[in-house]
Amino acid sequence: MHGEAFPPTHVSAIAALGGDDRKERARAREVFAAAYWAPVYRYIRLRWNMPAGETEDLTQGFFAEAFGKDFFRRYDPARARFRTFLRTCIDGFVANAVKSAGRLKRGGGAAILPFDFSEAERNLGAAEPGENGVEEYFEREFIRSLFSLALDDLRTTLLERGRELYYRLFEQYVLHDDAMTPRPSYRDLAAEHGIAVTDVTNHLAAARREFRRILLEKLRGLTASDAEFREEARGLLGIDPE
Amino acid sequence: MKTLSDRTLRQLREAIALPDLSGTKYRMIRPIAAGGMGEVYLVEDTALERRVALKASGITLFPEELARRMLREARIVARLEHPSIVPVHDVGMLPDGRPFFTMKYVQGSSLDEYIGTSPPLPDLLRTFHRICEAVAFAHAHGVIHRDLKPGNIMVGRFGEVLLMDWGIAKVLRDFSENSAEPAADTVGMEDASATSPPENMDTARGTVLGTPPYMSPEQARGDAAHVDERADIHALGAILYVMLTGGPPASGPPAPPRQIDRTIPHRLEAICLKAIAPAPEQRYDTAATLGEDVLRFLDGLPVSAYRENALEKGMRWAARNSFVLLLILAYLLMRLVVFLAVGN
Repeated sequence: MHGEAFPPTHVSAIAALGGDDRKERARAREVFAAAYWAPVYRYIRLRWNMPAGETEDLTQGFFAEAFGKDFFRRYDPARARFRTFLRTCIDGFVANAVKSAGRLKRGGGAAILPFDFSEAERNLGAAEPGENGVEEYFEREFIRSLFSLALDDLRTTLLERGRELYYRLFEQYVLHDDAMTPRPSYRDLAAEHGIAVTDVTNHLAAARREFRRILLEKLRGLTASDAEFREEARGLLGIDPE
Repeated sequence: MKTLSDRTLRQLREAIALPDLSGTKYRMIRPIAAGGMGEVYLVEDTALERRVALKASGITLFPEELARRMLREARIVARLEHPSIVPVHDVGMLPDGRPFFTMKYVQGSSLDEYIGTSPPLPDLLRTFHRICEAVAFAHAHGVIHRDLKPGNIMVGRFGEVLLMDWGIAKVLRDFSENSAEPAADTVGMEDASATSPPENMDTARGTVLGTPPYMSPEQARGDAAHVDERADIHALGAILYVMLTGGPPASGPPAPPRQIDRTIPHRLEAICLKAIAPAPEQRYDTAATLGEDVLRFLDGLPVSAYRENALEKGMRWAARNSFVLLLILAYLLMRLVVFLAVGN
């Protein structure tokens, strides 16, 4: 058996967020912010019906306060899922900010983190909460963010290894996002790149394998416990541990 | 970080779920179904240039356990050489560690879809009889399916039936020839532990396996020791119930089919109720006798599940011998006409 489905090590940024090691905590904050800034922004925009400018301030303010006041030390995995806890923190923060309106001016004393808010605004209208409400919406946005990060890493990893063709094929086949033109077949791709169809199969399989590995590693880092990781893998990615 | 569209996200999620066929002779065409232990894909066998169905497990934290289960399913199906049981072609492990097997690609509709087309009752009953024959064959080879339901049965263009998804089948006894050692599938899932009794691991754990409402009460209770061929007979009865009423029996005591549709014949209702009886000993002993009773109904013969009164016997005889009856009536009428004519 040579399955490589799950990352072997357990490095949880969520656990490190509330830890005492300053260096680890700083790294964990970086990982956490990268994965959650866009879901938090979009959540505040839609849940609290805030205009873009104020949402930017609130997002910056939330991360600054969460890190500054160590919100995450209070997180107890036995009591709630991490994202449920996180949503409670966001709602509490925004409610307070709305009550003391004007307290959070642009920048508002918060450390300015390098978030690309214009990117988070893209397709915002199309991503409105469905029938199951904001909870499902927040989950979906987290998945979107997780996959985006994993995709960035996949590109970096494959390019570093000199596997541009692997990424190019992945981009053309898996990331094909044009509803007006059909997805190219393996034969089309083989002809375009002057390789055999079996090479297309193998390169795409390798890229998918790498993407899955990166994705699971990222998910592992963003869950607080092994049990939560398994549950998330099953619920969010359809990877069934049974 | 670029925001991914819903479409790209969906494609990426599909991509991570797809089995890795690199280095194999198979080429992915598309997913076709979700089975009990994984997905089924339509693939091309590039060596033989034919399309086959490939069943691969999902990604799992326990690949060895799942590999054993998949291998066991493949071996169970392989031992059942029958026109109504899909033949297995190949079995193995994919580069991503997922166990797989390939089988004949079956084109047709599921029994669900077939029933939805409202075919005539005799056609439905003949289909049901074929299902019973296939199940009886499996039972004769010591295998019980444990998850019979319309979604796991395919109906071909010419009315042929194919039983699918033997993922939770149970091997009761080994009927293989030359079996100095137990066949691997008899040991099946428990071979991780040499000290386990010769039972299936799921059975030993008392796990509830099957699909309500087709699952027998003993299966639903997780009463593994009492799950035998009659659990499949209960599922067959539930399938017959769907054929007669359009819906599966409710949990608890189900409504008799004639309460739902008064046009259902009493004898057919009795066959159905006997098959889904809560106590296994009240059901048919074998799938073959259940199928025979349905065939007897179709032929206008008495059925074992229903005791007719004299009037019903007469009516059934009349229905079965309507041509003879017409001839007799015509003869009598002619005699009457002649009598009256001569009398005048």
